[in-house]
Amino acid sequence: MKYELVIGLETHVELSTESKIFCSCGGHSASKEPNDCVCPACSGMPGMLPVMNKRVVELAVTAGLMLNCDISRYTTFDKKNYYYPDLPCAYQITQLNHPICTNGLVTLKTSEGTRDIRIKQIHMEEDAGKLVHVGKASLVDFNRTSVPLIEIVTQPDFRSAEEVLVYLNKLKSMFRSGGISECEEGAMRCDVNISVRPEGSEEFGVRTEIKNMASFEAIERAIRYESQRHMDAIEFETEELVQETRRFDDVSGKTFAMRNKETEADYRYFPDANLMPIIIDDEWLEKIKAAKPVEIDEKAESYRAAGISEKEIDMLIHNHNVSKLLDDVVAAGCDAKNVAGWILTDCVGILRKNGKLLGDLEITAKDLTAIIKMVDSGEVNRMSGRKILTAVLEEGVEPVAYCKENGLDAKVDTSTIEAIMDRVFAENAQAIADYKNGKEKAKQALFGACMRELKNTADTAVIKEILENKLKTV
Amino acid sequence: MSEYIVKLAENGNIAVDDTILVKDAQSAAGSRILEGFKPLFSAEAVTRLENAGYVMAGKTQVGEFGLDLVGEFSYYSEKEENLKGAAASLVASGTVKAALGVDMNGATRRAAALSKVDFLKPTYGTVSRYGIISCAASGEQLGVYAKKAEGIKEIMDVIAGHDEKDGTSLKETSYNYNTDEAVSGKKVCVVKELLEKADAKTAARVKEYADKLRALGVVVEEVSLDFFDIANTTWQILMTAETCNNVSRYDGVKFGHRAAEYKNIDELYVNTRTEGFNFLTKAVILYGSDVLSKDRYADCYGKALKVRRVIADRFNALMEQYDAVLTPVCSKEAYTAYDIKDAFKTVFEESVFTSVANLIGTPALVSGGVQLLGKAFSENVLLSLAGSVERVGE
Repeated sequence: MKYELVIGLETHVELSTESKIFCSCGGHSASKEPNDCVCPACSGMPGMLPVMNKRVVELAVTAGLMLNCDISRYTTFDKKNYYYPDLPCAYQITQLNHPICTNGLVTLKTSEGTRDIRIKQIHMEEDAGKLVHVGKASLVDFNRTSVPLIEIVTQPDFRSAEEVLVYLNKLKSMFRSGGISECEEGAMRCDVNISVRPEGSEEFGVRTEIKNMASFEAIERAIRYESQRHMDAIEFETEELVQETRRFDDVSGKTFAMRNKETEADYRYFPDANLMPIIIDDEWLEKIKAAKPVEIDEKAESYRAAGISEKEIDMLIHNHNVSKLLDDVVAAGCDAKNVAGWILTDCVGILRKNGKLLGDLEITAKDLTAIIKMVDSGEVNRMSGRKILTAVLEEGVEPVAYCKENGLDAKVDTSTIEAIMDRVFAENAQAIADYKNGKEKAKQALFGACMRELKNTADTAVIKEILENKLKTV
Repeated sequence: MSEYIVKLAENGNIAVDDTILVKDAQSAAGSRILEGFKPLFSAEAVTRLENAGYVMAGKTQVGEFGLDLVGEFSYYSEKEENLKGAAASLVASGTVKAALGVDMNGATRRAAALSKVDFLKPTYGTVSRYGIISCAASGEQLGVYAKKAEGIKEIMDVIAGHDEKDGTSLKETSYNYNTDEAVSGKKVCVVKELLEKADAKTAARVKEYADKLRALGVVVEEVSLDFFDIANTTWQILMTAETCNNVSRYDGVKFGHRAAEYKNIDELYVNTRTEGFNFLTKAVILYGSDVLSKDRYADCYGKALKVRRVIADRFNALMEQYDAVLTPVCSKEAYTAYDIKDAFKTVFEESVFTSVANLIGTPALVSGGVQLLGKAFSENVLLSLAGSVERVGE
């Protein structure tokens, strides 16, 4: 029998805020030593009260706008009760009844075409700390406690592991380019709800949930293992499937039951009276909308319109820093296609020579703009431009000063060029003869000889013009 | 006996209940579970008073988490030593000028009534809750004990007003409290059903107070209202649930008491909490987790949230006709020692006089052994009524 996979995802994403969700401690990335980003509030001491970090609301709304959600104008927090040493208050502040975003939609491009995935909701919540086990002892690190998260819950709309990965990669590049999350290792964690049913069936099969996976590779392996386990159970009656929570073991590549529905914890959710409902009025929503960065699809379209190739677009939109560099240089008055060439051909070439990748590119928009403008205005030629770029990337020099110091500016007067040209013509009688006999290549040799004499500095267009004129006279 | 758990300064003029944090002084809410816990910050109200030149005299006895009648079940005092409230007694004796207490389930108001001092539970959100050992966040308020209404005004002028560290703190920076608004012509009602719940002496005290008000030109009428019992039950549901949740952080992992004997994390939790909480707190935890459980939520907690709104509407409608409600605070003039195993029911029944103000966040003023309830932000009406009666007696 043929089977169909039905998958729903709950994805936790750590937000890139400067401080935690309910206190002014630095975010997770600010911590260096265990418990160095902890205050009485986020370590659960009595008397301390949560105070909402507005930036978290704005990033969650931005994520909701990117995923085409309805934005709730009234949103509230609830407490979820459970005991665990890494949860200092013994409850997590999350959103159950009035989540910040609902009813979204994201369209995926897969090898089989496009797929729509419905987003059920996005809610805000605080992260827990972590336990470090040392020998027989367990130590608690609260640095991650109260770091803001959004949880994006989809409807059970995925039909393959491939779709799940396309979705996760899309979220990742969206959130990176939107400044919502860096989505580093561990900052994006997934719970996968999975069931299997005979193809064509409308009814859902028994669902299991695989908790808390941090790598895309693990998610893919877990889906493959778990779906096979379900199919075997249905097809060969190897075991009876029960609705339960499972964990994926990275080493064996298998999933194991954590707890089943009967013994499932009752989290005793209830509204958090310490946090007043948040009202998102028109003014605030418009402000968030205005600040929302251009989305990937729109951005790709604008690059396409500027004549940038598909391959280059792909490199750009998956690298937030690079696309931002390009946007900034374009904003400074350079042509997009030209800038893309400088970045994706010249910069990448120089980086490769040094064993580096595009992601390692470090150049300010100001420096790159200066180089491109010098070349575009004919102040230096293309080759000198590349020489300056190399020095900027490799030695961190200031481009304009470097150009002057090394005499790379193209302002060589025409009489000097003509004098050098005369000498080159005199020394290359054979090449001139070849040219007269119709060998176009000979012109190239003459040009090259001139450039060598001029140490590659002069404006190539001027040299070419003088060369053409002179060839007419021979 | 000592009213203080921790004595802070010989020349102190403000007593601070143990449910309120004072930096570097053990702040344990009268509970073993927080034994040795010394906070890094003082409550906002304490800081404001210190900045204004007041000196904290010490941390006063409270019943564990303020859940009992008047402070009889503190881990740090001999059993049932104090049946009048420690902070209220210090104010009554003139040892301190005023005291701070957390009004959560009536204990502070009952203590004030029995000690014959004044206590104001202000409108929710007017005084910062930053630094109170929180149990029932949606209805608890930091309040003030003083001998007279004038003394309460003096302290409220210092401590009330917006605090950015408390997300429920209202925006106003001050409230211009006063005790001398004209009271002649004001209308006050006495609730028949609440008088019937009090013994003869207590009912007579309320009637006496009504006569004193009448002598000042206040119109006092008896009314029949059925919602005080409902308000009490509703508040007990919310209060137990929120308390259960808020005390769940006391698990022996981070601070306070930790059991000496345990083999694993579950035993650490269970043994610590078994040793650390008294019988009444355990009862509150059990009731609180029950009303929040999946099967009971809709009928208990969820319904209580809705009833809270209905009660608020009913009370506000009443306040369209009257400026204040005059009620007893306790059912009797004095409490006698009793078994902690009866405490949950005992406190529940006594709280019928106090719960409505916690439930809907309105102010309540205890003075002369009686209680005046008013609508939100009507502190000046209540303080002026009580102040006028007090000035006649002088």
